[in-house]
Amino acid sequence: MSHNDSHNEHHEHGYYTGDIHNQFVPEHVDPKGKAIIWRTFWILLIVTIFEVGIAFTSIPKQVLLYIFIALTIVKAYFIVYFFMHLKAEWKSFQYTIILPFILIVYLIFIALIEGNYLTKVMTGN
Amino acid sequence: MIEITVSKNILQTFYFENTLYFRPQINNGNVFSTPMSTQSTTHQASTSVWGGGKSPFNISWGKMYMWFFLVSDAFTFSSLLVAYGTLRHKYSASWPNANDVFTHFPFIHAHVPLAYVGLMTFILIMSSVTMVLAVDAGHKRDNKSVALWLGLTIIGGFMFVGSQAWEWYHFIKGTDQGAYILADHSVARVKEGAENILILNGKEISGAAAEQIKATGEFFQGANLVKNEYGNPLFGDFFFFITGFHGFHVFSGVIINLIIWFNVLDGIYRKRGHYEQIEKTGLYWHFVDLVWVFVFTFFYLV
Repeated sequence: MSHNDSHNEHHEHGYYTGDIHNQFVPEHVDPKGKAIIWRTFWILLIVTIFEVGIAFTSIPKQVLLYIFIALTIVKAYFIVYFFMHLKAEWKSFQYTIILPFILIVYLIFIALIEGNYLTKVMTGN
Repeated sequence: MIEITVSKNILQTFYFENTLYFRPQINNGNVFSTPMSTQSTTHQASTSVWGGGKSPFNISWGKMYMWFFLVSDAFTFSSLLVAYGTLRHKYSASWPNANDVFTHFPFIHAHVPLAYVGLMTFILIMSSVTMVLAVDAGHKRDNKSVALWLGLTIIGGFMFVGSQAWEWYHFIKGTDQGAYILADHSVARVKEGAENILILNGKEISGAAAEQIKATGEFFQGANLVKNEYGNPLFGDFFFFITGFHGFHVFSGVIINLIIWFNVLDGIYRKRGHYEQIEKTGLYWHFVDLVWVFVFTFFYLV
């Protein structure tokens, strides 16, 4: 059995990477793939238009800030989960990718505290 | 001719033997036992996730490495954006409003804030869609569709890089009326259409006080890394660094896509039997789009 035969045998379920590791990669093709892509596109477009639309309304700046951050995370979710197909990966891998960003939340937290302290020191209060 | 055939055979033998040794699922994950037969090349489910013999994450090593690189790259961009946020918070009084800075649109003379950057965002989202359609075509082993969608992605990437160059040009060039930079680095902007009125810290100044500022301040138009006519010079520094770093990512992505596109036209992935390379490049390209979503929010919207 040559290398090529083994690859053809598994054509429907996955493929061998064909490099020195020649790892078998299971592949599950979503028949609704195209519909999901266009649905994601419309969501991203409508959210972006909505953001630009409310930027010029009389909503207070502080409220707008939180709305924008929330909508940005919504857009990031759709890009990562549907365009980058993270949703199709195993849960263990999803957590491996997502959980390290808790450190960024912590970074924002300490940067705000340091920033406030720095302002007080430099203005002499 | 003979030489070529011989070397090819040696390569195949070497390769085939290596594939046997590099497939540890043989004999229930016991790497050190001899391969029993060629039947062992078929995929076998291991009993334990971390017991060896298969990817613990059920993902190819190439895609996993790309994901881990993107996580590290996301940390770099996050650090830059957090630094930007902290200093913007600290200097909020003198921080320029992006809606006053980026008001240009090609062939239109009116002020249209957010319109051009909105168009840039649309171009990048659109190129993300064409990229994911290329990945989808790759799943279906449709070489022609992969070439088409990847080609459109490259065009979208070039359009975005061009738009960014245009945006930089107008930021560096500045407005016609300019501004006066004072000794304490605060900026008094000249009101558009009214040369005698200056705007300092949101307040309009006219008459003798304005003349005094004009006499002592330094007239400046546009922006560089040391000063800009819109306000705090850090705004320019962060703008150039973060959008520049992102633009460099886009440019690298376009070059990588271009190389992959030539490979697709060459039929390399058709011969290989799978289009994983498109998926890996696609991951990078979507990440570039993802970063722009954050840059768009924190530089232009907020």
